[in-house]
Amino acid sequence: MTIEELDQIAESTRAEYDKYDHEINVCMGTGCLSQHSDNLKDALAKVVETQGKNVFVRRTGCMGLCAAGPLVLVDPEEVLYQHVNASNAEAVVASLGGEPIAALQCDLREHFDEQVHVVLENSGHIDPEKIDDYIARDGYQALLTALSDMTPKGVIRQITESGLRGRGGGGYPTGLKWGTVAKAAGDLKYVICNGDEGDPGAFMDRSVLESDPQRVIEGMAIAAYAVGASKGYIYVRAEYPLAVSRLTNALRDARRRGLLGNNIGNTPFSFDVEIRLGAGAFVCGEETALIASIEGRRGTPKPRPPYPAMSGLWGRPTLINNVETFANIAPIIRKGGKWFASMGSERSKGTKVFALTGKITNTGLVEVPMGISLRKIIEGIGGGVPDGHTFKAVQTGGPSGGCLPAEMLDIGVSYDALLKVGSIMGSGGMIIMDDTSCMVNVARFFVEFTMTESCGKCIPCRAGTAQMHTLLSRICAGTGTMEDLELLEDLCITVKETSLCGLGQTSPNPVLSTLKYFRNEYIEHIVHKRCPAGVCNIEAPVEVLA
Amino acid sequence: MTVDVDVKTLVIDEQEVSARAGQTILEVAQENDIKIPTLCHLDGLGDVGACRLCLVEIKGSNKLLPACVATVQEGMEVSTNTERLQKHRRSILEMLFAERNHICSVCVSNGHCELQTLGQEQGLTHVRLPYRNPELTVDASHERFTVDHNRCILCTRCVRVCSEVEGAHIWDVMGRGIDSIIITDLHQEWGSSACTRCGKCVQVCPTGALFDKSKVGSDHPKYPDFLLQLNLMREAQ
Repeated sequence: MTIEELDQIAESTRAEYDKYDHEINVCMGTGCLSQHSDNLKDALAKVVETQGKNVFVRRTGCMGLCAAGPLVLVDPEEVLYQHVNASNAEAVVASLGGEPIAALQCDLREHFDEQVHVVLENSGHIDPEKIDDYIARDGYQALLTALSDMTPKGVIRQITESGLRGRGGGGYPTGLKWGTVAKAAGDLKYVICNGDEGDPGAFMDRSVLESDPQRVIEGMAIAAYAVGASKGYIYVRAEYPLAVSRLTNALRDARRRGLLGNNIGNTPFSFDVEIRLGAGAFVCGEETALIASIEGRRGTPKPRPPYPAMSGLWGRPTLINNVETFANIAPIIRKGGKWFASMGSERSKGTKVFALTGKITNTGLVEVPMGISLRKIIEGIGGGVPDGHTFKAVQTGGPSGGCLPAEMLDIGVSYDALLKVGSIMGSGGMIIMDDTSCMVNVARFFVEFTMTESCGKCIPCRAGTAQMHTLLSRICAGTGTMEDLELLEDLCITVKETSLCGLGQTSPNPVLSTLKYFRNEYIEHIVHKRCPAGVCNIEAPVEVLA
Repeated sequence: MTVDVDVKTLVIDEQEVSARAGQTILEVAQENDIKIPTLCHLDGLGDVGACRLCLVEIKGSNKLLPACVATVQEGMEVSTNTERLQKHRRSILEMLFAERNHICSVCVSNGHCELQTLGQEQGLTHVRLPYRNPELTVDASHERFTVDHNRCILCTRCVRVCSEVEGAHIWDVMGRGIDSIIITDLHQEWGSSACTRCGKCVQVCPTGALFDKSKVGSDHPKYPDFLLQLNLMREAQ
């Protein structure tokens, strides 16, 4: 496969689609599929066929606005319909070329206008199971250009210049990591894509893998060229069956097109990727545990250093990046590091995909430039808290992130800013809570999650999270004392500072942040034996009953 | 002939020391009679950095490093016994004492227990945390040894010695988090497992979790130092 051949495929694919008067894109991501968008697509195709219309019905990946699914996007008019079902098929086809159906139309300008799509540029526009769709939108241009016109060092320079930081949560500069692996001694190196997205309420990586799997593979191939690796692994949760099947399909297609395998682009560069399935352990998202899991061992973290960049998979230098990080690579190589660095805040460049869940109107996936305020994401793009309730807190960064109150909504979203106020960027989950949530109970819920998901290797995480959970349960039940609260805070500090891996180190964040911003709720539970939000079931004090 | 040795100099607890590159902070500290508390570490076994008792402070970094696996760097300034570290160590020991049913007075290892000794050394006078009192089993199916999970602290020394030194690997960890437990083979009775009856696991166990049946009711000191001699003999071969 050469660039000329790639261009030919792109042109013929585009010409093929140009023959149609209209294209109807039906979202078939997990969210819309759960509302039977597959039946909708079949119905649309049937109506088009029986009416003999010159219309193409396409299966696409996630369009982002999961709350309004199933979604249908009509091109070239760019009309978006929401809550469409199979019975609307005839009406949708009939409206083509005329007035859009007002009752179904989704007109959320504010939701889409503030967003900048880099990672999600193809999501909802291409068929994730057709590699030619991806090629038609400049897919694999970056890989073949890098192979023919750039040195590995040149690739790393672009990535460094872009200011891209690891999207898995740590925020480690990607260029620096690539440079370290490239410099590490050894002929055999590995590239691993971490798709073990386990945070409750987070589905960014799943969506990218379901909607645009080729983009991740291209990013990995570019990385492999840059660091000198010849073998890659994608570690995906087994709980993501659709992502796994689309990825399997994408790998097969890429091999058939000569974009994976030996001598890619007629160069000496060879690279292939295998899928490894996670068996349901959250801790396997931690890189050393993930590597152990790929090696077939128990998924427990190891102390770092040595970092995987020096000694990773089977003791070889290993580059490990998250799905979203790899999804950013191709556009950076295509458009240059400077272009990427022009977006975002001073120390957090580019865009970030967030999964909005919880008490928010527009549940779904959004991609915004770094530095945008939480308020814009939640009240603007997210449409605010529904049903007349008021906003109480947002938890960023998954179960080990912090809960931020309304006063914090004006901070710009970046790695450093979130860390400063006691939360983390994490992988990009955002759980919005309203006045019906009890913050003590929320903290207890998240600690229960980390307690259950702790691997049990180091003592502070294994026993400490269990103790935190016991103390929080006492407070929720109204039997906690002020001594318990003091003990809880002590415990949080020890677990945070002494745990072996990120899971343990960040597990007290929900407690510490709620103690910082919602301390009065803890005091209410302990001293006045009442839950302000009315969530916790506190029995009335004995003297009242007597 | 010159030997290429890369020497590093560093400061541990305000004492200037030298070390070979690649040595761990713990090794260098021990060579210089600086005591860092350890529990999962045992000379002669691979380190896992799991118990977190050997954490030390490095000047210029807020991150605490496990001395058993962190290697020395030129010019690093290590503090091994600050107030912050002491507090964390007591806290971790408290978590261990509250995690399972550690009742020294009825334990075969009373007086010879590393956990007990550490508690005394670190000035742990009482446990503030709620005791979890889990229901755990005792497996006495083996003709010579017994495992009492009530006293296990999951240091995985038995797992490592069985795998790394004896080469049998009958011990491993099952479950996760607070429900973790050591098992023999695929969670079958110790007595019917592929155990070679070498007894190494019993000798390296820091508490009374693994013990020799013939010693019940009597003094049961353990002799983990055999590992160093064994390793020396193997190296000589």
